[in-house]
Amino acid sequence: MSSDPKISIVGLHKSFGSNQVLQGVDLDIAAGKSLVVIGGSGTGKSVLLKCILGLMAPDQGSIRIDGEETTRLSQKDRARVAGKFGMLFQGSALFDSLSIWENVAFRLIHADHIPRDKAKEMALQAMARVNLAERNADLSPAELSGGMQKRVGLARAIVTRPQILFFDEPTTGLDPITADVINRLIREQVTDLGATAISITHDMESARHIADEIAMIFQGKIIWRGPAKDIDNSGNPYVEQFVTASADGPIDVMGG
Amino acid sequence: MNPLASIGRASLGMSRTTGRLALFAWRCILAMIRPPWFFGQIWRQILSIGFYSLPVVGLTAVFTGAALALNIYTGGARFNAESFVPNIVGIGITRELGPVLASLMLAGRVSAAIAAEIGAMKVTEQIDAMRTLSTDPFRYLFAPRLIAALIVVPLLVLIADIIGVFGGFAVATQSLGFNGALYVRNTMDFITSWDVGSGLIKAAVFGFIIALMGCYHGYVSGRGAQGVGRATTNAVVSAAILIFASNYLLTSLFV
Ligand SMILES: Nc1ncnc2c1ncn2[C@@H]1O[C@H](COP(=O)(O)OP(=O)(O)OP(=O)(O)O)[C@@H](O)[C@H]1O
Ligand SMILES: [Mg+2]
Repeated sequence: MSSDPKISIVGLHKSFGSNQVLQGVDLDIAAGKSLVVIGGSGTGKSVLLKCILGLMAPDQGSIRIDGEETTRLSQKDRARVAGKFGMLFQGSALFDSLSIWENVAFRLIHADHIPRDKAKEMALQAMARVNLAERNADLSPAELSGGMQKRVGLARAIVTRPQILFFDEPTTGLDPITADVINRLIREQVTDLGATAISITHDMESARHIADEIAMIFQGKIIWRGPAKDIDNSGNPYVEQFVTASADGPIDVMGG
Repeated sequence: MNPLASIGRASLGMSRTTGRLALFAWRCILAMIRPPWFFGQIWRQILSIGFYSLPVVGLTAVFTGAALALNIYTGGARFNAESFVPNIVGIGITRELGPVLASLMLAGRVSAAIAAEIGAMKVTEQIDAMRTLSTDPFRYLFAPRLIAALIVVPLLVLIADIIGVFGGFAVATQSLGFNGALYVRNTMDFITSWDVGSGLIKAAVFGFIIALMGCYHGYVSGRGAQGVGRATTNAVVSAAILIFASNYLLTSLFV
């Protein structure tokens, strides 16, 4: 690769007590590309994202964003780097004491200090981009369905047009039609914003839809990586077992 | 099992918790004293901690004052000192019972509510989400609660003092045969501003403890609904114990 990667991860380790979750993850993501990380439950996909986002400190290893080492940042630099990020959480993680538009505008109001009426205008625009009607703006998150909450989470992630987007299981728990809508929205955002995206999923349908490239994590390491179109001929028995959703293969299902 | 090992493990665990709590408190204090402040959040917390606690605190105070008057009257009668009821009710309420009982009630109500709210936010990744939105939860969530408690708990205790003394007054004049005007004058002449002031200093410290325990236990709560439940219990119990312990310390400084 000629240009420098947007995100570069080398030798990342993270354990919780005796539970060694990440055991040397190496991963580069080029600017403007969409990478999907697949892997079984509990293999550390969310932990990997949280380390990149700076929500968890890795035990060892390096994470560079635009060439800047981010594993040991001061709080102020951390907030600055977080300004490049937009994140859609696995459970949406909407603030339940705030209305929908205040959720979407949270960063604008509290971190960027944009006046409320201007922030609201921007929030409504972001909501429109994910097909959320304006009449939802003053509802509270509890009044929305899971699928709509995902859209609010997505609007909140893209409202500042960040350079790097993270999606943690964006389609989990959604019906196939809503899942497809979310997949399209994500793909659109990545293409429209020219953003770099890292998504996590075990939904292969979704992975095919949003990925330029796919990487598989297993036993704390990236064991395969390649273009999304190669996923069905990976030549890797672990990936094949995962993609075909089979209980027979090298992955020990019961041992998990 | 080796008894030394278990003692060692327990004390290691204890010092780890103490260290973690001290670090947490320090980060809270930094967030409290350095701008920017989220005034909207502070105001919301003042309302939710203060205003809605008034009935609880008022009822606690009035019954405590009343019972105190009865007890002092009976006790005083044993050596012909019934007339000291107003003085001792005044001292007892302002220096000790007002701050301690009101704060204990608030520990039950406010610490628990804060721990449950913060814990739920932690478990549903709202606190992580806040960080990714470049907003520090210590500033946005914890500092406003601590500042609000620091302002509001002394105010509530001042109200508890007045209502508590009134409770004693009501019993004394209605069933113990005290003259109302005399009771009031005795109380006013006897109680010093330091009696009230030292009680309010205690109240500020207790207020800090109440909010801190709520925030801390919510913040470190484990995953799942069970984790939040445990956080709530831990917040109330540890707030109560710290209130008793610091009450003794402060009292020994003040006398
Ligand atoms: N804060 C934490 N404290 C302790 N252990 C944790 C913590 N977060 C994650 N783990 C552990 O790390 C492992 C990986 O968790 P992670 O959430 O990353 O899995 P995942 O790959 O995202 O799975 P899923 O697909 O089910 O979301 C699990 O064994 C989990 O118990
Ligand atoms: Mg996960």
